[in-house]
Amino acid sequence: MSNRLINVLVPVISIILGLLVGAVVMLVSGYDPVAGYTALWNGIFGDSYAIGETIRQISPYILAGLAVAFAFRTGLFNIGVEGQLIVGWFAAAYVGMAFELPKIIHLPLALLAAAAAGALWGLIPGLLKATLKVHEVIVTIMMNYIALHLVNALIKVVSKGGFKTDKIHDTASLRSDFLSEITDFSTLHYGIFVALFMVFIMWFILERMKLGYELKSVGFNENAAQYAGMNVKKNIIMAMVISGAFAGLGGAMEALGTFGNMSTRAGFTGIGFDGIAVALLGANTPLGVVFGASLFGSLKYGANNMPNAANIPIEIVSIVIALIIFFVASGYIIRVGLKRIGKKKEAK
Amino acid sequence: MEYVIEMLNIKKKFGTFYANNNITLQLEKGEIHALLGENGAGKSTLMNVLFGLYQPDGGEIRVKGKKVNITDPNVANDLGIGMVHQHFMLVENLTVTENIILGSEPTKMGMLNIKDSAKKVAEISKLYGLDVDPYAKIEDISVGMQQRVEILKTLYRGAEILIFDEPTASLTPQEIDELIRIMHKLIEEGKSIILITHKLQEIMSVSDRVTVIRKGEGIGTVTTAESNPEELATLMVGRQVTFKTEKGPSHPTEEILKIENLVVADYRGIEKVKSLNLSVRRGEIVGLAGIDGNGQSELIEAITGLRKVKSGKIIMGDKDVTNKNPRQITENGLGHIPQDRHKHGLVLDFSVGYNAALQSYYQKPFSSNGLMNYKEVTKHANKLIEDFDVRTQGEHEPARALSGGNQQKLIIGREVDRNPDLLIAALPTRGLDVGAIEFIHKRLIEQRDQGKAVLLISFELDEVMNVSDQIAVIYDGAIVDTVIPAETSEQELGLFMAGHNKNEIVEGSDGAVLKEGEDDHV
Repeated sequence: MSNRLINVLVPVISIILGLLVGAVVMLVSGYDPVAGYTALWNGIFGDSYAIGETIRQISPYILAGLAVAFAFRTGLFNIGVEGQLIVGWFAAAYVGMAFELPKIIHLPLALLAAAAAGALWGLIPGLLKATLKVHEVIVTIMMNYIALHLVNALIKVVSKGGFKTDKIHDTASLRSDFLSEITDFSTLHYGIFVALFMVFIMWFILERMKLGYELKSVGFNENAAQYAGMNVKKNIIMAMVISGAFAGLGGAMEALGTFGNMSTRAGFTGIGFDGIAVALLGANTPLGVVFGASLFGSLKYGANNMPNAANIPIEIVSIVIALIIFFVASGYIIRVGLKRIGKKKEAK
Repeated sequence: MEYVIEMLNIKKKFGTFYANNNITLQLEKGEIHALLGENGAGKSTLMNVLFGLYQPDGGEIRVKGKKVNITDPNVANDLGIGMVHQHFMLVENLTVTENIILGSEPTKMGMLNIKDSAKKVAEISKLYGLDVDPYAKIEDISVGMQQRVEILKTLYRGAEILIFDEPTASLTPQEIDELIRIMHKLIEEGKSIILITHKLQEIMSVSDRVTVIRKGEGIGTVTTAESNPEELATLMVGRQVTFKTEKGPSHPTEEILKIENLVVADYRGIEKVKSLNLSVRRGEIVGLAGIDGNGQSELIEAITGLRKVKSGKIIMGDKDVTNKNPRQITENGLGHIPQDRHKHGLVLDFSVGYNAALQSYYQKPFSSNGLMNYKEVTKHANKLIEDFDVRTQGEHEPARALSGGNQQKLIIGREVDRNPDLLIAALPTRGLDVGAIEFIHKRLIEQRDQGKAVLLISFELDEVMNVSDQIAVIYDGAIVDTVIPAETSEQELGLFMAGHNKNEIVEGSDGAVLKEGEDDHV
């Protein structure tokens, strides 16, 4: 079996297996899996409105996935995407609300603010890793909590004691009447194009830029990079900064597109953590991230329809979705299985 | 004659590739049987089959005439087969006895019973003249002594057949002589030995018979006494090999590297290079001879900018490069073939092409305005592959997939191609076979003849003697003496490497005095 064929077959088989086990769970709990999956399908692709909402949901996943994938490719494990996304969300919401500028300046400025905030949140663990060798996993996890509670406090400050920021001005919005109309007035916005553009940017940095060559060298083999005269510390910091910027933009999707403001939160959004799975599902490549994010975004959004249309409680739905993702992520098992089948055929 | 081990027509296949194809090896009782072959010829595979780590795809193994099925190393142990590994499997901070009983610790009422074991270890040690202290800690004894512990370990477990895997790789000439004496003693006591090596001299001096394998095929078995190194090399490589590297006299000119009173500490802060002075001129190869761990690594790392210097000066050309960063030093005309090609020399997950550009990727034509020009990278890689005979499926192949020799050729190509004034070659031929070694030596001499300076660091005396124009011997972080190869002998170098200086050697020529001093140092 050729490697290419295996690469295509693995995710397909994984999804089918996940669906099967999910069906068993529904059956055992006394619900109709056919109705359940029909509801899931309709929730994702049922009508143009559903499709619009699904795509809208995918955008932040793409950016969170890019953030994790970029760090992975450069030898770092960025678990702080969640926090970077939260600070990015707040920065974009604040710039969108606090300034009055022409759209051509305001929107890019708000996006830039989100990227910069995320970058700053990545810079700190990057600096600590490069200079003091503090492991980035510890720092980024802690930075997540700092982000959550700091942003909650800041929201209170800017809203003078309230629980959410004012709506952003239209000049900073990613909302699109056109996209909304063709999807039956869903909340689909231009964010998906920002996300896809960043997919290209990640590819461009890693595969075309001198910086990407250095970042990958440092990621694969720090010693060889040092031997080749690269500045290892600078590259580690740079990798975290770029990764954080991707995550920050993910927050901008929510601030400038989906919600138009930011409310205080009791807990994490989960998008940043899901970004880890998205990146791994996509094998840390830019296009792979699009695939992973699509799977995640569709399942997450489509699942909302299952309680309504098929009467399946949200808890069971969560289990089913988790199973599907679990099977996709354990593609390794299927890969080994396929290789074995391939070998047997060869032997015959 | 009775055979203690017979491996008949052994076949071992990996995928579609035969690592062993019809290899026959018959070990007589009481002989030293050498297994000779290039790197990747299948020696290790064959021994792993014998040791139960691999199952053969064909052929059979007989022990004392009886057909056996060696399914795992425990079975091999029970059959009396023991392996003395090239890289010692010892726990540094345990004693000799503790290491030997590791895995089958004898207990008395639940308590570890070291005393009886130590007694047994001492007995075996005495019987074979190994002279090992059962209570010494591994980290306190010399490499030669550690190897004896490995030998003891197999004997303790009742081995009748000992496999030595490249046993002389890290020994001094004196230690090698000792090892050979021990091997003969083992034979006297009725053991049989398989010696894996690609060093022809060793084979000539100790073995009774030689089995040669080439590219996985058994070429045949010859009696050592009826053969000669040239014939063995030809059998092993499949073509004529020149041993003595051909080179004309050197014509050194101006000084390119000058090291003054250099002090360098290792990662623990312990001084490894102690007030070292060294000079290398254009048009000469200076060989740095010494036993591993005498400050060579720290010295190279200091010269190349990978490690900070505590005090002293490194001058390259007319520039002071002390504590400059690697790129500044590289741009000042340094080429560096690093000691550890996997750690420093290559990014193994990068393609051959990416690796070929590792030192110059940031310069035109490989990149400009922050963008890489991978077309040029590819072109350059293909040129290196062609010029330096790197056997690869193409520049896109990951460096990891190349054999050691080809990885090394790629690094040498990359470094030599940049036309450096000073080339530092650290263990450039470690683990490579005769063919690749010949190639690499030629390239080093070529550099010299073009008026470049070469600093060659090696643990192999042959190599240092053959290739260098001057030999500087390093011991305990300083240069003991500098000699000209034609005016010295391996014996003399060996003594320098153990820390003796010229005066001591003259005084101690009666032998006894010398022995005492040696034990102090090693």
